[in-house]
Amino acid sequence: MKRVPIYGLMAEFDTPSDLVTAARRTHEEGYQKVDAYTPFPVEGLAEEIGFTKNGVPLVVLVGGILGGLSGYALQYWVSAISYPVNVGGRPYHSWPAFIVVTFEMTILFAGLAAVFGMLALNGLPMPYHPVFNVPRFAFATKDRFFLIIFSSDPKYGTESTRQFLESLGPRSISEVPS
Amino acid sequence: MDEPLEEVEVGQRAPVIEPGYTFTTVTDKISSIVLTRPTSMGWLVGFGISFLLTMMLLYAIGYLFLRGVGIWGVNIPVGWGFAIVNFVWWIGIGHAGTLISAILLLLRQSWRNSINRFAEAMTLFAVAAAGLFPILHLGRPWLAYWLFPYPNTMNYWPQFRSPLVWDVFAVSTYFTISLVFWFIGLIPDLATLRDRADSRAAQIIYGILAMGWRGSARHWHRYETAYLLLAGLATPLVLSVHTVVSFDFAISIVPGWHTTIFPPYFVAGAIYSGFAMVLMLAIPIRKFYGLEDFITERHLQNSAKVMLATGLIVAYGYAIEAFMGWYSGNTYDQFLFWNRLHGPYHAWYLLLLVCNIVIPQVLWIGKLRSSPFFLFLISLDILIGMWLERFIIVVVSLHRDFLNSSWGMYYPTRWDWMTYFGTIGMFLAAMFLFVRILPMISIFEMRTLLPQAEVKPE
Repeated sequence: MKRVPIYGLMAEFDTPSDLVTAARRTHEEGYQKVDAYTPFPVEGLAEEIGFTKNGVPLVVLVGGILGGLSGYALQYWVSAISYPVNVGGRPYHSWPAFIVVTFEMTILFAGLAAVFGMLALNGLPMPYHPVFNVPRFAFATKDRFFLIIFSSDPKYGTESTRQFLESLGPRSISEVPS
Repeated sequence: MDEPLEEVEVGQRAPVIEPGYTFTTVTDKISSIVLTRPTSMGWLVGFGISFLLTMMLLYAIGYLFLRGVGIWGVNIPVGWGFAIVNFVWWIGIGHAGTLISAILLLLRQSWRNSINRFAEAMTLFAVAAAGLFPILHLGRPWLAYWLFPYPNTMNYWPQFRSPLVWDVFAVSTYFTISLVFWFIGLIPDLATLRDRADSRAAQIIYGILAMGWRGSARHWHRYETAYLLLAGLATPLVLSVHTVVSFDFAISIVPGWHTTIFPPYFVAGAIYSGFAMVLMLAIPIRKFYGLEDFITERHLQNSAKVMLATGLIVAYGYAIEAFMGWYSGNTYDQFLFWNRLHGPYHAWYLLLLVCNIVIPQVLWIGKLRSSPFFLFLISLDILIGMWLERFIIVVVSLHRDFLNSSWGMYYPTRWDWMTYFGTIGMFLAAMFLFVRILPMISIFEMRTLLPQAEVKPE
């Protein structure tokens, strides 16, 4: 039988507080490639595993600016260049009338950028991921809290990492086949 | 400043979620409605009736396509009629969903967590029902796409100075943003259903929709940022939508429409009727699905208070309309108000005042605010009142304008009524399907409300 390569070691906790403490100790221990899984957003957890850079706001800003500019440019081009309609001699570039559509386009592009930017940065949709190979991981969307140390971590060792995770007092430890 | 502050007496308020729940029980209670609960007789009957009404809508639309808008009561001078009345009514109802999901999120009103999901679904279905009306009213509905700017062989472009084109952008943006906001709110719960479902088909369908969500801390971090930013974007959006709808009227020169009070008073009216619809849905849902622990008295009380406050803004709007009719010194504005009180539609105007202003004042009584049955009746009253308001605005303003030679009357036909009740059926049918196949309360946001969710410092 061929041995399946190991993706990481996963520990299961009962409460968000336990997980946050465990994540902090793992980070202090020097592990870099770590992730945590929770059934709801736990405040401060991402920071504990060393994740602070979040690209979503920039994506949304760029989306909003693009939407506003393109919305205004479209109206200007249509109303003043491509299809000018003379309404009682009023100016073709009647900017106050263009505000509403510019605003809506800003919101539309920024909102779609938020959704698709968040999904893209998260790498979703992702049809396969090794963590789902662990049967107990089904509880990660219900009531349990998981911490994983990836085998790609330079400090990772099959025995040493397991011993370290055991010292955190988890409910269970599972090997994650990739 | 050394002496301790005296104890402040705070009235006992009902909790947002009854005590004693854990992550497990919250998850089980909400997901079991979708996954394990058998389809009840009541659901079948309710869905059956709504489905029949939807079929009636299709019949009315089919006949409309065959014969044209002449089957409706619209004619000159009242060219807008039921189509626009119903459009404004439905769009307004949708507003409460976005208010609950976005504005209350920004205001950190955590009680919203148990009603935001189905309120957002209500928004989507209400906007879908609303969107039908202007399209059907076009006369040649198959050319509705001409409203969008796209390069075409006619070398033609939409007129961007027209509020009707603004409306196209506002409503379609509103629908799109409401849809994605609702959907990303659903993703973590779809993952829960994927992991809890027993049948293979359900696992696959929920699995595809959940897109591989695994609740990683990094994902949650970006997710929360995106959700918060979407809420921040949806907040000005929802205020803008009914403002733009009111521009359809206010930008014109018709007496009764050409007024600056319209945008704020339309938005307040929208939230007023929207919360009434939220209550009309929440009260039976919490009863039949036994969700009184999640949708508590607190939610009913708060929704009633929102209705009371927005109802007073609406009343202020009516008062300002009357005041401006007199103060402007404009003959036509004065006549419009006289015509509302004494013209052929005066009974509807008085009924509107009773439904929207007089009866809802009983919400000042705290005991009545916590009675579900009573709130249900008041909500029905407000929905009728807000429909009458739009009827008065559209029909009474149009039917007698500047020249008495062009006066006329508007009578809705049976096709008008069939289309209107048909959209109510379509809306309810969609709600019935929604509560059966998707979690109607946001499971992950309910988990965050539990005391166990708090991270205790070491």
